[in-house]
Amino acid sequence: MRNVDSTRHVRGESLFVDDIVSPQGTLYGYVFYSSIAHGKILNLDFEEALLVEGVKGIISAKDIPGENQIGGIVQDENLFAEDTVHFIGHPIAVVVAETFLQAHDAAKKIKCVFEKLPAVFDPREAAAKGELIIPPRIFELGNINKAWKKCDYIIEGTAENGGQEHLYLETQGSLAFPIEGGGIKIISSTQGPTTVQRTAARVLDLPMHKVEVDVTRLGGGFGGKEDQATAWAVMASLAALKLNKPVKIILPRQEDIRITGKRHPYSSDFKIGLTKEGKILAYEVTFYQNAGAAADLSPAILDRTLFHCTNSYFIPNVKATAISCKTNLTPFTAFRGFGGPQGMFVIESAIYKAANQLGIDPSEIQKKNLLKERNEFPYGQKVLNCNVGKCFAGVEEKYRPKELIERIKKFNSKNKLVKKGAAIMPVTFGISFTTTFLNQASALIHIYTDGSVGISTAAIEMGQGVNEKLRMIAANELSINIDRIHIESTNTSRVSNSSATAASKGTDLNGFAVIDACKILNDRLKKVAADELKLNKTSRIDIKDEIIFYKNNKTELSFTKLVSIAYRKRISLTAQAHHSTPNIYFDTKINKGKPFAYHSYGVAVVEVTLDCLRGIYEVDSVKVVHDFGDTINKTIDLGQAEGGIVQGIGWMTMEELKWNSEGKLLTDALSTYKIPDIHAVPKEMKIHFLENASNPFGPNNSKAIGEPPLMYGIGVYFALMNAMHAFRPNLELKFDSPLTPEKVLLTLYNTPKHQEKG
Amino acid sequence: MIKFILNDLNISTDLPPTTVLLDFIRKETMFTGTKEGCREGDCGACTILLGELIKGTVKYKSVNSCLMPLGDANGKHVVTVEGFNQKDLSPVQAAMVDEGGIQCGFCTPGFVVSMTGYFLNNSNLNSYDAIESLGGNICRCTGYAGIKRAANDSISIFENGKSDDRNHLENLISLKFIPNYFQDIKKRLEKISVDDRSIDKKSSVVISGGTDLYVQRWESIVRGKGNLISQDKKLTGISQTGKQINIGSATTIEELKSSKLLQKYFPQWNSYLSLFGSLPIRNRATIGGNIVNASPIGDMVNIFLALNSTVHLKDGKKKRSILLKNFYKGYKSLDKKKNEIVEKISFQIPSKNSFFNFEKISKRTYLDIASVNSSIYIELKSEKIKAIHIATGGVAPIPLYLNNTCNYLRNKSIDAETIKNAAAISADEISPISDARGSAEYKRLLLHQLFCAHFIKLFPQLVDPEKLL
Repeated sequence: MRNVDSTRHVRGESLFVDDIVSPQGTLYGYVFYSSIAHGKILNLDFEEALLVEGVKGIISAKDIPGENQIGGIVQDENLFAEDTVHFIGHPIAVVVAETFLQAHDAAKKIKCVFEKLPAVFDPREAAAKGELIIPPRIFELGNINKAWKKCDYIIEGTAENGGQEHLYLETQGSLAFPIEGGGIKIISSTQGPTTVQRTAARVLDLPMHKVEVDVTRLGGGFGGKEDQATAWAVMASLAALKLNKPVKIILPRQEDIRITGKRHPYSSDFKIGLTKEGKILAYEVTFYQNAGAAADLSPAILDRTLFHCTNSYFIPNVKATAISCKTNLTPFTAFRGFGGPQGMFVIESAIYKAANQLGIDPSEIQKKNLLKERNEFPYGQKVLNCNVGKCFAGVEEKYRPKELIERIKKFNSKNKLVKKGAAIMPVTFGISFTTTFLNQASALIHIYTDGSVGISTAAIEMGQGVNEKLRMIAANELSINIDRIHIESTNTSRVSNSSATAASKGTDLNGFAVIDACKILNDRLKKVAADELKLNKTSRIDIKDEIIFYKNNKTELSFTKLVSIAYRKRISLTAQAHHSTPNIYFDTKINKGKPFAYHSYGVAVVEVTLDCLRGIYEVDSVKVVHDFGDTINKTIDLGQAEGGIVQGIGWMTMEELKWNSEGKLLTDALSTYKIPDIHAVPKEMKIHFLENASNPFGPNNSKAIGEPPLMYGIGVYFALMNAMHAFRPNLELKFDSPLTPEKVLLTLYNTPKHQEKG
Repeated sequence: MIKFILNDLNISTDLPPTTVLLDFIRKETMFTGTKEGCREGDCGACTILLGELIKGTVKYKSVNSCLMPLGDANGKHVVTVEGFNQKDLSPVQAAMVDEGGIQCGFCTPGFVVSMTGYFLNNSNLNSYDAIESLGGNICRCTGYAGIKRAANDSISIFENGKSDDRNHLENLISLKFIPNYFQDIKKRLEKISVDDRSIDKKSSVVISGGTDLYVQRWESIVRGKGNLISQDKKLTGISQTGKQINIGSATTIEELKSSKLLQKYFPQWNSYLSLFGSLPIRNRATIGGNIVNASPIGDMVNIFLALNSTVHLKDGKKKRSILLKNFYKGYKSLDKKKNEIVEKISFQIPSKNSFFNFEKISKRTYLDIASVNSSIYIELKSEKIKAIHIATGGVAPIPLYLNNTCNYLRNKSIDAETIKNAAAISADEISPISDARGSAEYKRLLLHQLFCAHFIKLFPQLVDPEKLL
């Protein structure tokens, strides 16, 4: 059965926001934004810009009928700057004209006079000045102070993480048009239609029922359109209502990269204590999160860094502190992994440094400290159905990492200018929104009289294949041909109060809701069948492959016939169901609870080759054993794993956000911000699906897959460290991602050659 | 009037020839399968095929429609993803779906176009070349694994990866790679009478491949007429007269890359030039453009500097020549009058006992601009350096010819000590700045490494890396 969405994509027939036939008279918006990182707006003059041919208006803060506020967790972000700008790219106004070019030209004619204020870009500097988004968060387990005394080795260090641009291929965009009664309809490329609806209502001073948001699909999201799709949708709506015309805003690529948020850079301090056998007894870590100029989702991301600060290891004594620091950069936001990758990078750095001190391979420490059943995480949850050990064993059996390490040693002894390195990367990732109330979704299913089925849910299709998975779940539940099922656009008028499609939870939450709605419909259909077959009970009636069975015997009734009968009997063929994840809670006062429905597990082994003359490298292989639960769709899950790995490798290697001393992003185009191309990916990727991994907490025993594989990419960083080590045995251990060819070369050649290790 | 065939449709339009082809396709014809991803030729979401009648057959090449002037479609066949659609999916389309080569779908049309383009252009098929042809397409979702599987699946449809060369088009049609209408394109193209009256030959905006000009300032270019020169046959072609090789300025980088003549003199030629842009960029970018663009980091300029090439300029009937190394006056400043255009570039064929090497390091190996690049040409006589030319890019305001370093090395024999001294001299000739492509400190170190790499690679028996590094 072919994936319906993919079949449209491959013919160029699927429609994204900018592909939809624009309503007559559509105007185009271009965002005018701050060119300085911090300052006061002394004067804002649109006069000349308004004279440009085709310009219909320039919309700014003073045009807002409601609140000039788009903050979610913290109310600290304006739609348009009023008197102060806080980062380069801070929106000030939107120019609306008949064509994009006219709006673009006019924006250049806006006169904006600033008075510069001191700007901060470094999170530690911001923390020292007390510029925090929220008070620091601390997770603790055991007693760290007592634990240090029992350690044979205590190793300290720092780790730096770069951010990451999402680089969804479709840039941010929205089309908004006025509808009768003073309302607005918005077509948006957003992961969070309800967020767009709620925020637009607030800014426009409308009740939410007057704002309809519709989303067909996204050309990639990765978290970048969870919160940050909202501003453009609201701006387009504001302009549309003011000018009484449809207004479209599609961010050009360079503006998208400059203005919108990215994965958070972190700067962290770690201290790890071990026994001489390599057992980790204590771990203390402080994360300085560079949050940018507004909270956005930073507090939630900060929490997930803490949730994953010990990755796949049981550490009995932990103190983890996370500080969200306010700086004059674009507000950083959700990105696949949501703070988890940063947390994991630091513990892996600590283990790497410790292994170096102990004179053993990091994988020995990793293996010795792997999570076991009933171990406690620093946040109080106990490990259940732990599969990370099985994945580790699977990797050892299938990919023989010990032999690989031996082979690499031989290779390195024979080659002077080319060195190889390997690393193992275990991943344990908690599945659920850590903000408990977000773990809800609903589904609305219509069976039409011809037997075709339309399903609306809260899920947004952004390439992760949720639509196809939901079709498969519904086809299975209703036991009908999948071709009968169509997944509708995600629309706030059909499915209300939805959570964003995020946290890898799209299929879990919406899949369960679909199952529940199908059950309601099945019950009704069975009653109709019982009636028709003159039975007084439905218990022995089954629907299998569109045929109605009684006591396992075929009856004359088919699905379509039954549907037709039900309709004539005035039985509702529509069902709505709401699902909320059971048995999860988290007490943010004591930072203990059971925030996750379950965990996702896996282990990767990575091999790289480094050209030590030129500082460039290749990833030879990434081989994984991953716990997918019982996969719903193997092609989709495999693609999520492969794509996540490559995105993680990009984050660790070539994807570099560089700002100048004024806070201007230098890598603001595809020519300077490089993501992996077809040549840069691992030459070999092997993904093994862990057997016997049924997950009782996922729909049809499946597991979430969106985020976890990204973190296998972290293994590439440490494999490269190993290769560098092979060339310079006295390498100074710095942990500073991304490990670009520049950093590799400078590190190799700033290390004295012949100095003894020590 | 610009006339061409778009998929199966005949198109006539009065729009300015400088109009971006992508905008024409999306806005005027509503073929929205072609996507805008970056408008700088770096993502490939807008890839189309451009079919041109050459010596009685239609040759197709992949092109970034975001950087192509509408006027250059005149008399050609433009194919978008919709142009391959038939009742059922084509083998390429089906393989992309079945192998998980698709997630969000935004890059997908570009991949389908590039991949189908590979099959249209090649009857001798292999995985390596197929993947190489996708180097201009960026996907953020799949990690390319499913896309590679799809390419291999599509190749496996052909027995031993071979199609009958003479009936290749018919084969592709019968295997449903392309629809039936491709059969008639040749005849239809022959019937189009192309006039170039919409082109303003006097315009100071001279557009060759447009692959940099449209990146830098498409907003202003689309408002003027522009002098499109890439179709000027007098400016294209690679030839040898005596010991001199001549390359017309409108010759594309891909033509240069696949030139048998150059491959004969430089065995690594193909792999050097594969580091230049991507296939769709190389299909449009021209050598003349690369020269007058004056980017300090241009790759072709770098190679031609080390070949001690001569630039030939013309202004109407007035002609003059200048050594390439004397052509650059300062950052983006040339020894060229406003009305002069580059006609061709020429250099002497390498002598028998000569060696050539090109090194380029960028953050990403392919489709990236170098942090530093360097080329070297060395001629030895009795184990001494008789002639030497070294060029480097990314370390000065201009594409740099290392004059002092070359002077030092001339008449020396090659050993570690000499190379070390020469490297020190080269370090005094450069003035790198810190930017998005690297810090000044890195570029300095990198040039040193590449300088050493030339000798380590060309003369492994003479140079011990241990002593150099």
